[in-house]
Amino acid sequence: MIFSVAAFAILVTISLALARAFMGPTVYDRILAINMVGTKTVLLIAVFAVLSKRTDMIDIALTYALINFIGVVAVLKFVEQGNFYTSGEDD
Amino acid sequence: MIFIEIISWIFIITGSLLGLAGGIGIHRFPDFYSRLHAVGITDTACAAAFLIGLAMQTGVSIASLKLLLIFIFLFFSNPTATHALANTAMLSGLKPELDKEP
Repeated sequence: MIFSVAAFAILVTISLALARAFMGPTVYDRILAINMVGTKTVLLIAVFAVLSKRTDMIDIALTYALINFIGVVAVLKFVEQGNFYTSGEDD
Repeated sequence: MIFIEIISWIFIITGSLLGLAGGIGIHRFPDFYSRLHAVGITDTACAAAFLIGLAMQTGVSIASLKLLLIFIFLFFSNPTATHALANTAMLSGLKPELDKEP
């Protein structure tokens, strides 16, 4: 019961963040919204794992948390520099 | 143990309310930096409250250890991502709305 309420709240939050990701005037708004969607997805997977008593699925949430952070930093680097090089090597 | 159940429900409800506050904040605030403020605080707190509540539900097991690992990683990576986002936006010349002359 309580997990269904929590999952519903997370889904509503994901919808609001996705609306901002589609509307966002700048690219940073979109990256912020996608970062939020990723964090909420981690929480949704964890809630679903405990809800359905299949706690092995928490591994998926852990992996998703790692991928989300790396993805956001990589996209930020790409937006700022226009490539994926380290800042030391020019052109 | 009904006492631990009630405590974990309180944590999960708090996390849901924080998440909804962050969602409404990112949807309605007028400016990128104010949206960043709304999301950056509530996202970490929402994840922390949810994971503590879920770890109370699973008891002492390998699942709660994994939830603790997610908690530790999100607790460090989420503010780092927020800081990197604000830093990149500021370096690229995006000015806050309130910084302009009226």
